[in-house]
Formats: sequence, structure tokens, C-alpha cells
Amino acid sequence: MAESLPAHMRPERSFQGLILALQRFWADYGCVILQPYDMEVGAGTFHPATTLRALGPKPWNAAYVQPSRRPKDGRYGENPNRLQHYYQFQVILKPSPPDIQDLYLRSLYAIGIDPKLHDIRFVEDDWESPTLGAWGLGWECWCDGMEVSQFTYFQQVAGFECAPVAGELTYGLERLAMYVQGVERVYDLNFNGRDGNDKVTYGDVFLQAEQEYSRHNFEYADTDMLFAQFKMAEEACRKYLAAGWQQNGKGDTAKRRHLMALPAYDQCIKASHVFNLLDARGVISVTERQSYILRVRELAKACGEAWLATDGGGAV
Amino acid sequence: MSDLLLELFSEEIPARMQARAADDLKKLVTGKLVDAGLVYEGAKAFATPRRLTLIVHGIPARQPDLKEEKKGPRVGAPDGAIQGFLRSAGLKSLDEATIQKDPKKGDFYLALIEKPGRPAIEVLAEMLPVVVRTFPWPKSMRWGEGSANQGALNWVRPLHRIVATFGPETEEPEVVPFQVDGIAAGDMTEGHRFLAPAAFKVRHFDDYVDKLGKAKVVLDPERRKEMILADAKNLAFAQGYELVEDQPLLDEVSGLVEWPVVLMGSFDAAFLKIPDEVIQATIRNNQKCFVLRDPSSAKLVNKFILVANVESSDQGKAIVAGNERVIRARLSDAKFFYDTDLKTRLEDRLPKFENIVFHEKLGTQAERIARIERLAAQISPLVKSDVAKAERAARLAKADLLTDVVGEFPELQGLMGRYYAEAQGEDEAVAHAIEDHYKPKGPDDLVPADPVSIAVALADKVDMLVGFWAIDEKPTGSKDPYGLRRAALGAIRIVLDNGLRLRLLSDLGKGVTVDLLAFFADRLKVQLRDQGARHDLVDAVFSLQGQDDLVLIVRRVEALGKFLDTDDGKNLLAGYKRAVNIIRIEEKKDNTTYTGAPDAKLYQLAEEKALAAAIGVAKDEAGRAVAKEDFAAAMSAMAKLRPAVDAFFDKVTVNVDDKALRANRLKLLNEIREATRAVADFSRIEG
Repeated sequence: MAESLPAHMRPERSFQGLILALQRFWADYGCVILQPYDMEVGAGTFHPATTLRALGPKPWNAAYVQPSRRPKDGRYGENPNRLQHYYQFQVILKPSPPDIQDLYLRSLYAIGIDPKLHDIRFVEDDWESPTLGAWGLGWECWCDGMEVSQFTYFQQVAGFECAPVAGELTYGLERLAMYVQGVERVYDLNFNGRDGNDKVTYGDVFLQAEQEYSRHNFEYADTDMLFAQFKMAEEACRKYLAAGWQQNGKGDTAKRRHLMALPAYDQCIKASHVFNLLDARGVISVTERQSYILRVRELAKACGEAWLATDGGGAV
Repeated sequence: MSDLLLELFSEEIPARMQARAADDLKKLVTGKLVDAGLVYEGAKAFATPRRLTLIVHGIPARQPDLKEEKKGPRVGAPDGAIQGFLRSAGLKSLDEATIQKDPKKGDFYLALIEKPGRPAIEVLAEMLPVVVRTFPWPKSMRWGEGSANQGALNWVRPLHRIVATFGPETEEPEVVPFQVDGIAAGDMTEGHRFLAPAAFKVRHFDDYVDKLGKAKVVLDPERRKEMILADAKNLAFAQGYELVEDQPLLDEVSGLVEWPVVLMGSFDAAFLKIPDEVIQATIRNNQKCFVLRDPSSAKLVNKFILVANVESSDQGKAIVAGNERVIRARLSDAKFFYDTDLKTRLEDRLPKFENIVFHEKLGTQAERIARIERLAAQISPLVKSDVAKAERAARLAKADLLTDVVGEFPELQGLMGRYYAEAQGEDEAVAHAIEDHYKPKGPDDLVPADPVSIAVALADKVDMLVGFWAIDEKPTGSKDPYGLRRAALGAIRIVLDNGLRLRLLSDLGKGVTVDLLAFFADRLKVQLRDQGARHDLVDAVFSLQGQDDLVLIVRRVEALGKFLDTDDGKNLLAGYKRAVNIIRIEEKKDNTTYTGAPDAKLYQLAEEKALAAAIGVAKDEAGRAVAKEDFAAAMSAMAKLRPAVDAFFDKVTVNVDDKALRANRLKLLNEIREATRAVADFSRIEG
């Protein structure tokens, strides 16, 4: 594990080292290591490599870092652990392997958490995403009383049963790094593992962004534009979905295929993020909130249906 | 006699489901054993985070043989019926059946079916997969490759192993041969996830428990609880502290560990400036740790107890340090919330309530608060509370719902309001009323006793009840989403415990209707019945006109109960019932009613005159006693009726030919009924 690495790459002193160690571990397992999805999302789960790939019969093992945006969680850079933009490390294994818990524990070992020295616990946590029409059962994984990961067996995504079930592991990278680095404030994390003048902290990289985006999210985000964008994304999603359906053959032997599930899903992601921004600006009332969530869910379900009629979704 | 050992080994089972699951496993398996004719001597089930285990002792090796007679068609019945009978009875031909003589209906065939009992292990091999497949988890899931198949096994979390051994205690047991969704039952299990992960073979229960113990698993949850509690108390005691015991937390943490290791950590004493309850809620709810107090002051100390699942190579140093860091961060949050809350005065939060809907038909929280304030003011003089203080407390009572601490820990509502009220210099009585106005929350909760608290607590509850009654959202059956039964019971307890003399119908604003009063009566009945009083006596008192003073009602019920325990009471009740019966029968026969004063001139016998006089005296005395609220005296007055009633029935014939005389005597009997109404409606009394 970590001992063989040069000091600046060690997970316990380098944020990027931690990420690289996790990537290495899951690459060794056989995952495809993807790069972050190039759109704003609220969590790694939104990446099509999870949401869509969790649907359908085809095996799929992937891992990736996903920058995640939760506009409401911004604290102008003043809270030691709350961020409106942070990183998740996401692993998706379909079907869930029988030794997935052991794999997870070995990944912790790879980043310097020795289960002989620490108290690692699987504490009940049922996961549900109302906007994605998804739910699963699993745990919060605790290390010495701190939640360091989410562990979920997906049962349903976009309103469809997962067959087979995928196992999803989500590591909260900042939190995990704070733990292994022994740091109390996220901005004090050593980002590049160097010392002295060469050291770059998480704050050096992100503090200004947190301050600026908090201002944006809570005070200045252009709500007229956002309301319009929500509608546009919703309409575009429906348009692409409608255009993508194709009928091969006639009658009982007809096969319905979809040719634009991914571009349609992008618009669903877009709508979801715009909704989060509107929510942070406080311009959506409690009753409206529910109806927006339902609208995004309808899009997600339609995209899931389309995906299942593609090659990736296992359509024959 | 043989024993069954069954273990279902899985990934981590939610703590809150374990006890119920162990119970269900026992019920399911033993129920099916009995149904299969396999009576057993004893059974016990256990749960840990990773296993459900059942031991059933003393199962016979075979089912008993069964003999069954099956009645067939009559002799000479059509062939179709005969063939059907042979098939269903499993006979080759009619030669295997006997003929039963029946001279009345005709002779018929009879099949004697003998079902030899099967070996118990075969029965188990059929039964156990069904138990696993139909197990009633509150929530279950699919997993792995098999989850793609229709009919894949559902379990609470992925199931990995099944141990099922069966055999006499003195012999090597057999494995019950079955499999569920590719998991074959066997005799191998695993120990603690980290401390002893290797698989090992088990035989009988004793062997199993012993080997598990060596593999760092304490099977029995009760034993884990005892260990945690004893160690936690000892650790606390050794440092001069006392554990703040918490049964629900103990139940939960014992379901999170297979090998409990109790450790103590500490936090910065500066956090002790936060109220104790907030510290406890933070450490308990978020971290599932116990808090400790100083036995002399009962105040919390800056220590906590955590329960780990491992004995670590550094004696828990890293674990304690990690937990301390998390608790420090949590307490920092809590302190931040608390300090932030203190910066805003409670009254400055109130405008926000104008935008918060209490119930769509009952307006905003602000409107509700205004109603409570008015009602509290109105009640105040009746409960000797200062009007201004009651109004102030009512106005501020809900404000803490908008604070950060209550947002984080809803169970601290009321209490935080008191702390914030004290901090902003409110009157002591006002601050206490803010905390107490939710009370009593349950049967074990304290009842407010301070007049200001009483006024606000009553106003809060009565406003709820009146409001939901007005929009016809009453509790039905088991549904009581707004907790109205609890509210009514709370109001009743406040009134009774404090001996408050209130007329519910007139003293609490316009809202208390006769229907709502009947709801109070029902709740009071439940309350009195729980205390051992007879519910029919409550009815007997409530059915008198205008009974809406709870204190008087209860006193009257008590006096009535005592009276009916005496011979005088029992006999008077018997006389009353006899009189009413006669009147009822005669009224029905004559299709009329015998009410109104009897005519004294028509009395013929001394017993008639004596009864009339006694009724007059009793009515008068009882009436005066009731006016003085001396119900015991009222009952004694009634008791004096008894000899006259007894003598009347002894000597006087009611149903005489003389119509006028008969009517007069019936009217006199009716006077007994009328007289007793001075104390209770005897017709509602049972027995």
C-alpha cells in the first residue's frame, strides 16, 4: 500500500494522492476509470455512467471522480466542512460482486485506513433519489464515528427495476482526506502533498470559488434566466426523446430502439441542476418544490426507458 | 430427541430490525414444526449485526404416523364418482376400500389412509427454504448476479451463508439438506469481520456459541447489552462520573457490534456552556455515544462513552481520537447553532409564522399563536395565573420552532424556548411555561403545576381540539395524525392533577361543543379505567345533564363507586333496576309513560306512604349535599331509600285491577328513578 509511494503521493498527506490511490485500486480491480462528466450535477450518481449504466442486463464496472454541486450547501467559505462544490469518488459495480464489502474495506486500506486500528462500521442507510426515481438499500460506512462513504445496492433507477442489481460506493473525498490528513478545516487540506512554498492547499484552489459561488447561488443567480432554462431543458429533453424513437419492422416483431437517450439525459441533468439553483435562491415555494421534483423525475424515467432501448441498455 | 441449529449469515442487518427478526424467525420455524406434528421442547433466537440464529431443542426424529378415514360415494354410485374417490384417496381399486353400512342413507365406501410420519430432517429441508423465502423483513432487497432472475431471493441485505444442523445432542449432527437461491445449507460459519474472519465448522448450539465466542462474536444481544452497560458504568465510576443511562441507545449500539469494546473519550470543557440536553442530543443522535455526568451536581462532564466493534492493536487510541474529532466538529456545529439562536430575540422570530401554514383549513401558525394567547388570557383567572404572563408565554411558546437547535433536534422543542427566554431575561414563570406548555406529552410525563404553565398548556391543547373539531378532523379508529387523543388526555390530567374547577362548555371560549365534551368523556373513561375505576360509572355520571366539570365528575364517580360497594348501594341498585323493569314493561304494554308526580291521596298502604316520604327526604338531602359537592353525603341520603324500597316491593302489589291506583303506583316507582338522578343515572350502571 501507501509505503511504496513517494511522500507527495501518499493519501495521508496529499488530496490528489488520495484520489490517485483510489483510482489505482479500482483500476487494478478491473474498473474502467472514467473522467468526470462535463456537466453540473448534484452527485456522482447523476453521471450517465451510473444512472443509465445501472439499467439493463450488461455488466459494467467503472470508477470516477465527480465534482458535485449543491448550491444550497454554500457557506461563503466560512464553514469548516460545508461546500457548494466538492468531489465524490464513485464506484459502480454491476452486478454487485459477492465480495463487494471486502473490496470496499481493501480500498480503505489502500488509502491508509487499517481496519485493525480503526472501528469500521456499516450503519443502516436507505438511499432514495426522488428526482431520479431511484432507491436502494445499504449503509453509511463509519470510520471511528465518522461517515466516510455511502454504500448502496441499487434496486430501482428511473422507475425501472435494476436487473441485475448494481453496487454503488460513494466516497466523500474531502471528508476522507480531512480524516487521513488529520485536518479540521477543509481549506487546510494539503492538495498536492508538497511542503513549504510548494504546498498548495484546498483553500488555495477553492476558497475563492466557494465565496463567489455562494454569493451567486444565494443572491445573484438570475432567476428569470433559470426559470427559462428549466423550461428549455425540459422541452429539449422531451423533443430529443420523441425524435429518438425508431421502429424496426412491423407488427409483433417490431423492435423499438432509441437513438438519442444520452443527449436527452443531458437535458434532464441540466433541468435538475437549474432546479437546485432556483431552490437555493429561495424562489420555489414548498408546494411548487414537489412539482418541480416530479417534473425532473418524469424526464429521468423517460430517459431510462429510452436507454433500455439502446445497445448500452442491452436492447436486442 | 434432536436439536436444530439454524444460522442465517448476511451483511450488516439494520440494528432496529434485529430483535423483531429474531422473534419472527422463532415464530415461523416453531409454528411450522408444530403444524407438521413436530412438537419441540424449547426454542430461542438471537441476532447480531451479521446473523440471525435459532436453536430449537427436543424435536422428535420423526413425525407421528397419521391415520385418516376418507368417506367416499355410496355403493352403486356412478363410475365417475367412484374413480374420483379412488384417485383422491390414492387407492388402486375398490377392493382397497371398506364398505360402511348405513341403513338410513344407504351403504357407502370408506378409505382408510395411513400416512407414515416422515423423518424430521426431511420436513425441515422442505420447511426452511420457505421460511427464508417468505421472511417478513420490513424492507428487503436483491443483489448480485442472481438478482437479474425472476423470483430472486430477497433478504434484508445480501445473504451469504446458511448453517442448518440437526441431530441428537450426543451425536454428530447432520446438515439439513436444502438450498435457497444457490446458497446451500451447511455447517460452516464465520467469526468477527475483522478480528476472526476465517470460516469454521460448527456442530451443536453449545459448540456454536463457544466457537463464536472464541471468534470474537457475542451471540446473545442481551449479553452484549449487559457487557456494554457494565463496562460503561465501570469506566465512568473509575473517573468519579456516572453514566447517563439510555435504554433505546443501548438497544441500538448493541445491534451495531458483535464484539463490544467500550471506550471513553473527552471533548473540550468549553462546550459545556451549551445546554446539557443539546450536548446529549448531539452526541447521542449523531454519534450514538453515551454521555456522563457528575454525580454530585448531575451536570454533564466533558466525557463520552463510545462502543467500538474491535479490539484494536493500539488499545483503541486511534478510535477514541477519531471519535473525539467527530464529536468536536459536531459540538462546534451545535455551539454555532446555539450561539446564533441567542442572537435573535424570540419575539423577533414571530413574523415568520405568518408565512407558515399550521393546517390549510386552520390558517397560519401566527393565527394559531394569537388564538392560544387569547385563550390563555381567558383561562388565566380561572387557574389563578397572571394574565399578562400567560399572554407573554403563549406568544413566545412556539418561537423556538424557528431556531437552529430545534431545527436540528426537534425533540428539544419547548426546552430550548425556555433557555432562550431565560437568556433574554423573561420572567421565570414565563420561561417555564414555554417549556411546559407541551406537557404532559405521554403517560409518564410530568403535568404542569405552575399557574402560568397551566394556562398556556391548557390553551395550547384546547385550541388544537377545538380547531380540529371545527373542521371535522376527528380521530378515527387507530388514526389520530394530529395527536388529539393525547391532547385531550393531557388537558384532563392538567385539570385533575391540579384540581382545577372549570366548566368545559362555558369557561374555554365558544369552541367546546357537546360533541367535543363527549370526546373528553371518552378519554376520561380510558384514564379512569386505567386507574381501575369502572367505566360504566363514568357513563352514569356523564349522562346526567350539564356534567362538564371534570373534578366534580371524578369525585362523583369515586363516591358512586364506594357506595355501590356497600350493601345499601347494591340493594338500592337492585331495587332501582326492579322498579325500572316494571315501569318499562307496563309502559310498553299500555303504550304510555308513567311520569309526573303521584297523587298522595291515592296512597293506600303504609309502605306506599313511607316510600313517598323517604323519596322526598332523600331527594331533598341528596340535592343539598350535591349542591355542597359532598357526594358521599348525597350517596348516604340515597342509601336511606333502601328500606322503604325493599318494604314497598315486599308489601305492595303494583299491577292491581284499579287502573288509577295502578298508574299511581307506577308513578311512585318512577319517582325512585327520578330521585336517584340526583347522584347518577343508575340505568347506565352495569350489574
